[in-house]
Amino acid sequence: MANPKYLIFTGCVIPYRLSSYEISARKVLSKLGVELMEMPDFNCCGYPMDVINHDLMLTLAARNLCIAEKEGLNIMTLCNGCFCSLNETNKALKEDRKLREKINGYLKEVGMEFKGTIEVKHLIYVLSEDLGYEKIKSAVVKPLSKLKVAQHSGCHVVRPAKYVGRDDPENPHTLKNLIRLTGAECLDYVDEAECCGNPIIGVNEEVPFSMAKEKLDHIRAAGAQALITICPFCHIMFDLNQPRIERAFNEKYGLPVLHYTQLLGLAMGFTPEELAVNELRVKPLEILNLIR
Amino acid sequence: MSQTQEQVPSVIKAEELNSKFKYEISKMPGAEKIMACFQCGTCTADCPIARYSQFYRPRRIARMVQLGLKERLLSDEALWLCSSCFTCVDHCPQGVEIAGIVRVLRNMAVADKAVLPLVYKELATNLMKNGYVYEIPESRRQKRVEMGLPPLPKPNLNDILKIFEVTGSLKLIEKVKTIEKVRS
Ligand code: SF4
Ligand code: SF4
Repeated sequence: MANPKYLIFTGCVIPYRLSSYEISARKVLSKLGVELMEMPDFNCCGYPMDVINHDLMLTLAARNLCIAEKEGLNIMTLCNGCFCSLNETNKALKEDRKLREKINGYLKEVGMEFKGTIEVKHLIYVLSEDLGYEKIKSAVVKPLSKLKVAQHSGCHVVRPAKYVGRDDPENPHTLKNLIRLTGAECLDYVDEAECCGNPIIGVNEEVPFSMAKEKLDHIRAAGAQALITICPFCHIMFDLNQPRIERAFNEKYGLPVLHYTQLLGLAMGFTPEELAVNELRVKPLEILNLIR
Repeated sequence: MSQTQEQVPSVIKAEELNSKFKYEISKMPGAEKIMACFQCGTCTADCPIARYSQFYRPRRIARMVQLGLKERLLSDEALWLCSSCFTCVDHCPQGVEIAGIVRVLRNMAVADKAVLPLVYKELATNLMKNGYVYEIPESRRQKRVEMGLPPLPKPNLNDILKIFEVTGSLKLIEKVKTIEKVRS
């Protein structure tokens, strides 16, 4: 079978604040034989604009889809939010002729037309569906068998089920399976499928902080040494904001939060430096010692 | 959150009920099923925001739409607390998409009441200026390349602005009054 080939869609927040995710993802994917092509002239996926005007979100997303259609390639996103808006728009415009005509009316003004010829996938589905668990397992040269971690898949990679149609939103297992391939143990904890709260942090901090705190409590109670994420927003909530959550609740978690691609990269024999592990806010010193 | 702490809305007057509102809403994509809500409460029970907020209750929103309490809905700042996690959408036994209804109401609040939380105005402004919702400084673009990443493309800003114009969003954003923070 030919190697999978995708346009990589980084979105806004990864280049803005989380290069560590992009660096580790590109390294790991290219070693696994996924060919990544650059997405020319892309714009914000549209997601944050849905609150203002739904048509604006759809048209911004569709502009990206049109660029990919012109390249003749499917899109792979690293972010749950980008996956949500691009995948939903792609499916809605493919299925609903009237909506497609309306959005194509806007796109005409920028010389584009949505045709519906490509697919959008999140990174974890490229890994689980295009490569498959066997192939990933065979790339693991340094099993992380001393490590116990927990996962946070986040919402938009599984919800709404109507548009995603993959995995089980009530008990997501794709990321768990992917974690187990690295040799690490993936622990269950209470309310694993719950939201991180980040989407509303710009309008209210108390609620998202309470939500994230509750998750951190449950993860700690399960005895996890690290949390594994696959979305930059969830990652920011648990890693970058962890010291602020600790201050707000007078708690101390010190829980390292790794991008899944960093965990897999370590198991594939990349060094922590190559995976930009030093960019994390909560330094994972203990676990790096453990797996050395 | 205990019942005593919950805010009880003031008595509803008959003239507040706008019987056409539910039909107006149910024409919007994502809000079609509003009439099917039978007030079981699953959405509120499973909503992570309702767990920590005294004001945000998705079931109440569904009922208020059915009753046609348009003014109350659009002027209630709690509307901005939904995190769009879609739990309610996946759990509703009647297929009502509360998250979609909340999005429709937010779009209406922007268009009819000209209100928007400041953060979204800032994100929109950045997006029109550089194609991304964050202002990514030149130094960070350079650092990317030094770290071995490909240079970040500069999106065609004429296209982006045009999209804001033709969808009517530019006008909306220019005239909104912004809300700083929403109490929970
Ligand atoms: S879960 Fe559905 S039917 Fe039940 S109250 Fe909420 S919207 Fe109505
Ligand atoms: S989408 Fe909004 S209303 Fe629905 S469960 Fe999530 S936060 Fe609550």
